[in-house]
Amino acid sequence: MKALALKGVAAVSALSFVAASALADENANLVVNGEIDMTIRAPAPDHMENMSEVMSGWLFRSSETQALQLDDFENPGMIWVDDAREVFASESGSGGESCASCHDSPEALAGVRAVYPKWDEEHGEVQSLEMQINECVTERMGGEPWKYTGGTMVNMTALLASVSRGMAVNVAIDGPAQSTWEMGRDLYYTRTGQLELSCANCHEDNYGNMIRADHLSQGQINGFPVYRLKNAKLNAVHSRFKGCVRDTRAQTYSPGSPEFIALELYVASRGNGLSVEGPSVRN
Amino acid sequence: MAENVRPRVRVPATVAAGETITIKTLISHNMESGQRKDGDGNVIPRSIINRFTCDFNGQNVIDVTLEPAISRNPFFEFQATISESGTFQFTWYDDDGSVYEEQKEIAVE
Repeated sequence: MKALALKGVAAVSALSFVAASALADENANLVVNGEIDMTIRAPAPDHMENMSEVMSGWLFRSSETQALQLDDFENPGMIWVDDAREVFASESGSGGESCASCHDSPEALAGVRAVYPKWDEEHGEVQSLEMQINECVTERMGGEPWKYTGGTMVNMTALLASVSRGMAVNVAIDGPAQSTWEMGRDLYYTRTGQLELSCANCHEDNYGNMIRADHLSQGQINGFPVYRLKNAKLNAVHSRFKGCVRDTRAQTYSPGSPEFIALELYVASRGNGLSVEGPSVRN
Repeated sequence: MAENVRPRVRVPATVAAGETITIKTLISHNMESGQRKDGDGNVIPRSIINRFTCDFNGQNVIDVTLEPAISRNPFFEFQATISESGTFQFTWYDDDGSVYEEQKEIAVE
């Protein structure tokens, strides 16, 4: 009954000293909580002409960062998932209803994350998961819309991702969604900013290489929202897009804009076959 | 009272007598250091968890003093050797006087 050792005190410190030599084992497998077996490598979807295999961003992180995602207790992103569970069950809006009034439990929505962004017949547009959530909040519950990349929204998308973990991303790119998908593809390959970089210049041509101290991933979004060590919070995918476009020294599109919705659909389709991982842990 | 404070603890449910177990604890807390200023230049007052204790059947296992430099959501992992069934009592003390408690039973097989 004695304390033998005090191993870890509070939080994860900077990873800047973890140099290229600490890159993780390329043959590692991702099994969360000892039970959710993630697909972190998959054959590239047919529409991708330049690549043969798609890989989760988890593979590109250091072994310490990887380990944080193996256990929900150690995954800092799960703290906000618990917050979202409370929101899910609490009544709001003019109708006095909660998410649980219709959807019972978050687990009833397993599989939803995997197919968004998705064509919405009623509104005649491709909807992201955030838009769908706000449709529920405003049209069904009679409340004020949540900010697109605000805390409440990111937490809720993290909850919905967490109950879909292990399921394969499978967004539809044909039919009515095709024109939006093509717009996203064009954006992906369009160079922007003073640096004249497209998404593809880093994430297709150079994944696996170092960009200064960082190991470039394929830019897959199956792990969103991600807990990032650099800002110690959950980050929405549109916030990440914005950061990337800003880093090319361009004026960025806004989170929730039609351009980013299209880009999200296209990038999601590049990860068709990978497992939903959110909330994942990255640096 | 600080917002969204939620203690969580992981302790194995059963253990062989004399075995050493690993205990993990985390409390979600902002740990406002008192060093930051808001948009108007006013100091944001310090609000942290300043002490964490763990007792087993009344005997102290660990007693930690936390300082402002410890980051958000403090996480502790430590070990204890168990020889009898009993209850772990975890207590976090907030600057604002709040006390957060959690209990976990453990049985010796």
